[in-house]
Amino acid sequence: MSVLVYAEHDGSAILNASLCAIAAARELDADVHLLVCGEGCRGAAEAAAAVEGASRVLLADAPAFSHGLAEPIADLLVELAGPYDAILAAHTTGGKNILPRAAALLDVAPISDIIGIESADTFVRPIYAGNAIATVRTSDAKKVVTVRATAYEAVPDSGGAAPIEEVGGGGAGTGGNLSSFVGQELTRSERPELTSASIVISGGRGMQSGDNFHLLETVADRLGAAVGASRAAVDAGFVPNDYQVGQTGKVVAPDLYIAVGISGAIQHLAGMKDSKVIVAINKDEEAPIFQVADYGVVADLFKALPELDEELAKALE
Amino acid sequence: MKILVAVKRVVDYNVKTRVKSDETGVETANVKMSMNPFDEIAVEEALRLKEAGKAEEVAVVSLGAQKCQETIRTALAMGADRGIHVLTDDELQPLAIAKMLKVVVEREQPGLVILGKQAIDNDNSQTGQMLAGLLGWSQGTFASRIDLDGGGGGTANVTREVDGGLETVALALPMVVTTDLRLNEPRYASLPNIMKAKKKPIDAVSPEELGESPDPRLTVVSVKEPPQRQAGVIVEDVAGLVSKLQNEAKVI
Repeated sequence: MSVLVYAEHDGSAILNASLCAIAAARELDADVHLLVCGEGCRGAAEAAAAVEGASRVLLADAPAFSHGLAEPIADLLVELAGPYDAILAAHTTGGKNILPRAAALLDVAPISDIIGIESADTFVRPIYAGNAIATVRTSDAKKVVTVRATAYEAVPDSGGAAPIEEVGGGGAGTGGNLSSFVGQELTRSERPELTSASIVISGGRGMQSGDNFHLLETVADRLGAAVGASRAAVDAGFVPNDYQVGQTGKVVAPDLYIAVGISGAIQHLAGMKDSKVIVAINKDEEAPIFQVADYGVVADLFKALPELDEELAKALE
Repeated sequence: MKILVAVKRVVDYNVKTRVKSDETGVETANVKMSMNPFDEIAVEEALRLKEAGKAEEVAVVSLGAQKCQETIRTALAMGADRGIHVLTDDELQPLAIAKMLKVVVEREQPGLVILGKQAIDNDNSQTGQMLAGLLGWSQGTFASRIDLDGGGGGTANVTREVDGGLETVALALPMVVTTDLRLNEPRYASLPNIMKAKKKPIDAVSPEELGESPDPRLTVVSVKEPPQRQAGVIVEDVAGLVSKLQNEAKVI
């Protein structure tokens, strides 16, 4: 069988989440092709060609395919879908924007956010904020699937030497006229990316203000950690939306997750409970977060965070 | 312009999920049901656009069993003008729902369709994108801002919550929008409006009248409890924590 993976990139490298989706594709025991879309993105296609296990790279290089717009790229996927048994992408805001649209155009029921593959037609996925795990079988001949990145180990992005073939020469189809990119406000950070960081430290409503997040950032920088937040902290405007960890935000599974001033609503737990080690710092000893934490500290975070930074400085010397 | 909002009846977000002992699904009998929270945001946005003079009418559609009427009534009590109920006891999957919504859209001719970005039961995040694809319309998913006049030339600007931050796209009208959390804060229905909503019309149609059938593609093999995490230990102080992380868990 053969699988096409929609591989997202930053212009030069393939995103970690896509490398995880490629790992899922390889579990299907398939010939894995990667689709790279963008404008002036040959560099990204070359990066894709080096990904371990990729046997071919399809490069759609045209203005219409820049910025990951769903309308033209879904049309392109439909045009390319013919020979493939499955189309996969990471369950990122990019993947989940595009794949369901392409699936509908192919008359296929998509399967979202899988965490396991039982067989070529049977997939495992969390439902109800991860409070239940469903195994679903599809009767569609073609499969359209998005993959939860934290459920798979990223494939190495070097060692491969796949040929690059240009596609999309026919233009973007009718979908190309529906949407255009206006602008973006991306959060700039020197810290690791939230979904692939090995340590994440998140703040909740208990942080009380956006300014107080500097206490978290100091600790994050000492540990080389990413900074996240609960929905309450994002809704309160303490930090931007892309910090949100949870059912409707990002799903993370780092080696160490430190929850500070987060009570632990099930919607938040859905985004972090697969972390290897969970630490909770909260002054309310009844907070539900302690029920999932490996280590809990009942303390006022405004006292505990400076102490944590100090102790870490000593420990990491 | 008319706005169509799709709403789903789901297990209330505060209810603790229980997996059925025969592993066929999640317990929904005798459980509090509510409108999907993202759909409340969708209704609210439609009402605000109407109140700002950008739309003349807000129609609300829901698909499913008789009880979905309660969810439609909730939207009517918030201020929507009328309801459409695609009435069926069959289980509907997102692809079938998108196909049925497409027919409703063709009948109603709205300039804007708003849906929640995902339902908190099955967490699929598919229906809006599929509806847009089937209609051949543009899609503004995970929206935190809708500016109907912003694009000019028959387009609207939609700001989307993406993994890296925020992104704004210009979309051809008519369009499909799916809501993210920061789009607005939904209102509560007042008692007089709840009373008024009882008199607002809800038209029921069957999938057959729309020319569609449930046509399920997915079979649930099993639904199981996730692996449970055990509560760990409470450590005395921060120094103790760091020592545990370094020497016991070995993660720093």
